Amino acid sequence: MRDVIKLFLIVTIFSAVSGWALATVRNLTGERIEIQQLTYVKGPALKEILAGSSNDPITDRFKVPDGKKQIDVFTGVFEGKKNTVAFEVSGKGYGGNIGIMVAFNIEKDELAGIGVTTHSETPGLGARAKTEPSFRAQFKGVSINKPVKVRPEGGDIDALSGATVTSKGVCAGVNDSIEIYKRLKIEILKNIKG
Amino acid sequence: MAKSFVQEFTKGLWTEIPPFRLVLGLCPTLALTKSLENGVGMGVAFTFVLILSNILISMLRNVIPKQVRLSCYIIVIATFVTIVELLMQAYAFPLYQKLGIFIPLIVVNCIVLGRAEAFAAKNGVIPSIADALGMGIGYTLALGTLAAFREIFGAGTLTFPFINYSIHNVLGSSYKPFTFLVEAPGAFVCLGLMLCVMNMLGKK
Repeated sequence: MRDVIKLFLIVTIFSAVSGWALATVRNLTGERIEIQQLTYVKGPALKEILAGSSNDPITDRFKVPDGKKQIDVFTGVFEGKKNTVAFEVSGKGYGGNIGIMVAFNIEKDELAGIGVTTHSETPGLGARAKTEPSFRAQFKGVSINKPVKVRPEGGDIDALSGATVTSKGVCAGVNDSIEIYKRLKIEILKNIKG
Repeated sequence: MAKSFVQEFTKGLWTEIPPFRLVLGLCPTLALTKSLENGVGMGVAFTFVLILSNILISMLRNVIPKQVRLSCYIIVIATFVTIVELLMQAYAFPLYQKLGIFIPLIVVNCIVLGRAEAFAAKNGVIPSIADALGMGIGYTLALGTLAAFREIFGAGTLTFPFINYSIHNVLGSSYKPFTFLVEAPGAFVCLGLMLCVMNMLGKK
């Protein structure tokens, strides 16, 4: 019986020390990991949709609470004014979730552009949502007053040929983001002014 | 038992080189050798874990009771692997994105547990370091060679690790890449060929 307790104690001590070590390393690297993820996962999409902004959108970010979630909102400065915000949403694609970074022009209340951050779509078909700028360019300047739809469903967006599911998924993601934008606009404006 | 530091070190480089001679740790060997950069990156992460776990296990070899040794080893190894994963995310994010799931899988890599059980648990700290260094470098070399072979013939390119530099068209621009080699079955074929060459050289 004493043996069992000794074994039990030793494994417990091992686990405790290991847990402590992991917590320490996690605390030390947490901030850097967040910056790295922003730079490498969201950075390229942000650079594309906020091209020409005079600030660094990754540094000028703030968090806005949306229900239980916290949304990272990135700001872009154009012509000296903080008039563009971007945040990430996800849409359901063919191979899983598609991460979409959507930018809004707050003065005109329209889409300033979208970019794809992460996806697992088929290369050569759905993956063109990320590789073909012409598909994404269609979202630029679109009004937020009516939902975005692909052409067969009565909208104005030309779907990627052979990748209707992906195109619809992107549209659905964009529509979600419009909802979020409408819901959080007051909060976002407060943060930009403050 | 009375082998020198150098002997413990060099056995990992040829006579017991992990993926070829021990034929252990094949999962990352097959999956991650699509490019030289990935192969060497995996090798380095692996070496780091192996050295740390060998040192700690050899230091604690008299404390760990026989009955629970495997759980203790796995706790030690898993801790180091997670630390490596976090450090990689913080300082080498692009490489982390490429290696992905295979970093956490070092935990169940038989070589690390194998060395802990077969060597570190029976030897002192210094020989254990030598063993880990030799095995780690041997593993990195093996992965590097296999990866370079597959990348040059399968894709026609060569990406160097850590310096962000790559050669396009290693074999000239008229070379049509043999893409079979970068697919999973190609990895098996290449590994088989490597084993064959190793055995032929070893016979002399």
